[in-house]
Amino acid sequence: MLEIRDLVCGYGHGTALKGLSIEVKEGQLVALVGANGAGKSTTLRAISGLVPPRSGVIRFSGRDITGAEPRRILAHGIAHCPEGRRVFPQMSVAENLAMGAYLRRDRPGVAADLDRIYGEFPRLAERRHQAAGTLSGGEQQMLAIGRALMARPRLVLFDEPSLGLAPTIVERMFAVIRAIRTAGTTVLLVEQNAFAALELCDHAYLLETGRVVRAGTGSALIADPHVREAYLGG
Amino acid sequence: MTRLLPVLLLAALAALPLALGTEPYLLNALITTGILTIGAMSLNLLLGYTGQLSLGHIAFFGIGAYVSALTSLGFDVEIGFGYRVAHEPWPAATGFLLAVAAAGACGWLIGRLSFRVRGAYFVIVTISFAEVVRLVALNWVELTQGPLALTGIPAFTFGLPGLGSWTLRTKLQNYYLVLGVGTLCYALIARMVRSRFGRAMRGLKENEPLALSVGINATRTLTVAAVVSAAMAGAAGSLYAHYLRIIDPDVFLFATTVTMVIMVVGGGKGTLMGPVVGGLIFGLLPVALRPVMAPEAQWIVYGIVLILILFLMPRGIVPGAAALLARGRAPRAGNTILKSRPAVQR
Repeated sequence: MLEIRDLVCGYGHGTALKGLSIEVKEGQLVALVGANGAGKSTTLRAISGLVPPRSGVIRFSGRDITGAEPRRILAHGIAHCPEGRRVFPQMSVAENLAMGAYLRRDRPGVAADLDRIYGEFPRLAERRHQAAGTLSGGEQQMLAIGRALMARPRLVLFDEPSLGLAPTIVERMFAVIRAIRTAGTTVLLVEQNAFAALELCDHAYLLETGRVVRAGTGSALIADPHVREAYLGG
Repeated sequence: MTRLLPVLLLAALAALPLALGTEPYLLNALITTGILTIGAMSLNLLLGYTGQLSLGHIAFFGIGAYVSALTSLGFDVEIGFGYRVAHEPWPAATGFLLAVAAAGACGWLIGRLSFRVRGAYFVIVTISFAEVVRLVALNWVELTQGPLALTGIPAFTFGLPGLGSWTLRTKLQNYYLVLGVGTLCYALIARMVRSRFGRAMRGLKENEPLALSVGINATRTLTVAAVVSAAMAGAAGSLYAHYLRIIDPDVFLFATTVTMVIMVVGGGKGTLMGPVVGGLIFGLLPVALRPVMAPEAQWIVYGIVLILILFLMPRGIVPGAAALLARGRAPRAGNTILKSRPAVQR
């Protein structure tokens, strides 16, 4: 479904990705793991068009989307759930969700998806008129996930969804991501919490300084001595 | 309360001449304040809702004033290579519409030129644009009379077929015209900000990378905002020209842009009522101070008031007052938080 070949990407004079190749098959949950600065977030940002690649090819459903504008890529069916500032803080919860469906014109479909998301996250329904910036970290992450789903994507990119969240909420959040995959949406997940991500995924890539150094199923990577030593604490 | 406030303020402003009588000095101050407030409202659309600072906003105002004045006065100028362009006087109302269109077109041009990069670049482009337009108004004497000013600009005339026509010569009539146009602009901005387009504008200001990733076309959104903002400033300029009935290149003074920025920031940028409240306070403050102190002292007090407001309410009067009101209601809000369910579900 998503195929990246020899992607080179960078900011200023630095190079964050030095010829990265990965593949995500339809219906899979694929994880990118690795240390800080390995190029995980840059990969997602290049896929969704926020960082223009220097060379390499990104194909989605057979279509070349390398260097396309973010809104074109979203229109093809890739939604991005970025790390860091995940929501529009001064907008209400309802407005944040409406932003996710910004490009959609089918009002009945959008309304149905909104109901579905409120059903999935009752907490968001309760707070629909509240400014998103006043929600807790976990609630903001749920809102960010809901917003990404409002685009009705075929592939969702999650960037560090567990960052800064309390452990109980992290667990619930991973359950939500698993449920999204089960419902038929393909997922590409970037996580620093390597163990949780490897347990969750169908297939994983280990990134080091802008290159793929290991690839395989989640359980294969968990068993890999190099991965165990460097990322799973021996 | 927040819905009621604009309606109450509008009713109060509409009744104001009944209470004050038609004292010309006061009415004049109210009219010019009203016109500047419309300018501040248009500036707020850009500065408050998209975060882009137009430091040449007066250019759109001045272009509106000159286009409207020249349309209603007529002109006959040589544009080079022996070609002459002549124009017979048209009604002032047509001038108003052309002023809105011309200012909007300039907003589009500036937006196209600068919104690919945004931020500081936009600030510099707008300042330069205002200065260039001022120099044209000053030096193209055949068209604008330069520093001699355009005089004898006709007042607005409105006619209904079969009912005769009215010419707005008195200050009272102009007061209600400005109030009407101001209300219209307020309603338009309120509608815009709450629409899908308004969410796109606010999204770009609050979190640009996220806004891009949900599919917002930044250049187009900002350009449309600049067009609407410039067109509104042009409307204000047209009102100004047909009210004063004389304009000179001083309408392009940088200081007026600064006044509008003070109105927006002091009142509360990014709020609907902010520029209105800020406009009325900073527009009428000199009027209130005039009977009690010398002009030099007035400006000192003006500065102190501005500093105090920004010190006590850094986000402006309207958000500051709203926060104070919310704090008054805090005990009740606290109860609902305690009663609501804990953060983790299932």
